[in-house]
Amino acid sequence: MTDAAPIDATPNPQGTPASPVPATAGAGAPGGRPRVRRRALRHRLADYWYAWAMITPVVAVITVIIGYPLVRGIYLSLTDADEANVERTIGVNTIEATYEFVGLENYRDVLTDDVFWDRLGWTVVWTVACVGITFVIGLTLANMLNRAFRGRTLYRMALILPWAIPAFVSIFAWRMLFNERNGILNGVLDSGGIEGIAWLSDPTWAKIAVIAVNVWLGVPFMLIAMLGALQSIPAEQYEAAEMDGAGAWQRFVNITLPGVRSVAMTVVLLSTIWTFNMFPVIFLLTRGGPAGSTDILVTEAFRLAFINSPRDFAGSATWGVLILLMLVLFAIAYRRALRRQGEVW
Amino acid sequence: MATDTTRVDGTEPLPVPGPAGRGTNGRPRGRVRRRGERGPLASFGLHLTLLVAAFIALFPPLWLLVTSFKPKSETFSLSLVADFTLDNYDHVVNDTAFLTWFGNSVLIVLVTTVVGVLISSTTGYALSRFRFPGMRPLMWTLLITQMFPMAVLIVPLYNLMSRYGLLNQPVALIVTYLTIAVPFCAWMMKGFFDTIPVSIDESGRVDGLNPFGTFWRLIMPLARPGLAVTGFYTFVTAWAEVAYATAFMTGEDNLTLAGGLQTFVNQHTQDWHLMTAAAVLIAVPATVVFGYAQRHLQSGLTAGATKS
Repeated sequence: MTDAAPIDATPNPQGTPASPVPATAGAGAPGGRPRVRRRALRHRLADYWYAWAMITPVVAVITVIIGYPLVRGIYLSLTDADEANVERTIGVNTIEATYEFVGLENYRDVLTDDVFWDRLGWTVVWTVACVGITFVIGLTLANMLNRAFRGRTLYRMALILPWAIPAFVSIFAWRMLFNERNGILNGVLDSGGIEGIAWLSDPTWAKIAVIAVNVWLGVPFMLIAMLGALQSIPAEQYEAAEMDGAGAWQRFVNITLPGVRSVAMTVVLLSTIWTFNMFPVIFLLTRGGPAGSTDILVTEAFRLAFINSPRDFAGSATWGVLILLMLVLFAIAYRRALRRQGEVW
Repeated sequence: MATDTTRVDGTEPLPVPGPAGRGTNGRPRGRVRRRGERGPLASFGLHLTLLVAAFIALFPPLWLLVTSFKPKSETFSLSLVADFTLDNYDHVVNDTAFLTWFGNSVLIVLVTTVVGVLISSTTGYALSRFRFPGMRPLMWTLLITQMFPMAVLIVPLYNLMSRYGLLNQPVALIVTYLTIAVPFCAWMMKGFFDTIPVSIDESGRVDGLNPFGTFWRLIMPLARPGLAVTGFYTFVTAWAEVAYATAFMTGEDNLTLAGGLQTFVNQHTQDWHLMTAAAVLIAVPATVVFGYAQRHLQSGLTAGATKS
């Protein structure tokens, strides 16, 4: 996170070699630094107004369209809002909201409900399986592509094609392939004398199917990111290892893996979060079915608010807040783990 | 060649320690293969693996393309096109609201991309070059908001849009997609600006430009590849977004492509043949843009991902 050589926001007014305001001053810093605290706001404005002006648009956007809805979502999760009692407009008449504050009742209901724990368990399995498989395939293919041979560019183009196509289009393509009665997968199985598989209507196969499609969608990103990481490893390291007689596997374990570590960490963190929140694959492929067996937390939250009738806004908001809490905890734990291993992040 | 690779069998301890000893990788001891050289078997294995992977990657979209040229009765036949027809395309374009959906999507995505990239690039620059109070909290906010699940924002946003009568309006999705685009773009742009030498800023300052001038006249032109990648990424993300589009847009004329495609195959209708034609029409522009931008993607991703 720290930059190599940041420059101060303004030319140094005192002309002293060190900036009068410690360069690392963050939000928490002023308490510990009397000099900073004593500076008048006017001076600080003069020092930092360029930077502050530059971040203003984004701060405004985040406050208005992320911060406010977030606060409101947390509030809704503490009420009994549903389709029947939120403020709504019918023609020219506006009906006032009549939902009430119910405290933590929603949370108690959700957390004591088996549905939540079922969905959470499957979400964890889904995330770990998808990220793990995608990472292994991506790294393997990247390793294969990271050398000179004929047809390399063609393979590369072919392998990242799934990324180029909007996910919802590919998902419909897969739905067609998975079609139980007429799909090509079962057609091939039939002609091989194997009975067709109920890809999307058997709970176990449906889980395998959604994971397979998500891996298919995720490999290209992983491949490109890892290829970039592999190419940033200096060739001299490999040459030195060769001089010392290291074999291909030793080179992989001792040079390649440490070399791609920092990119891999970031990419794995990102794809864990993306997969945890992956809505379209499940919503479009199985709609969470059969009987909710492939529903992950986000699709369940969506179902509560937009598919079930009556729409349960408060319940959905509760699920949303719980999902967010889990992700934040995960990111903090991940960052801790990285730090303990000496990563600067 | 043989002379410099045979000495592995010497008795000195290996300078590169590793759990796997020599000989475990199935090759004769004492013959260490260098990078870039492979035996015929390894070469065969490499190509075979890549061919299989490429086949899996290409087959679903290609099958979609093939199917879109088949008449309805043959949609699920296993053969390649027997009776080539463009009826599906004709029907999708002329008899459904497909072009309206397409227009809706293009409008929403373009505005989101342009606004998102523009307002986030200044922030990326400020984060890359300046140190100022509030910087760390801002970086954390950007990072955390990137992982906001749509589940936590969708209900309050829906209620807000509903209150202000914005449901079924393009602006509802534009505003919503900015919640996705802005944190991501700002974070990526910071990565790009970090790769531009600070000495360029300094030379601008020496020549009397203020920070805004430096940013606009010197740095932005240099960051064009970064802007392209970030914009492209936002474009693709918004083009393919499903959840908000499904929840906020109802009524045939208001749908975006993601919602429209769902109307072909659902509980009530099973128009797979039309779905394939529409899917191809949706995928082609995205793929063309992608093909154009993909050269920059790799460097772009690593610049954004590593924080050197």
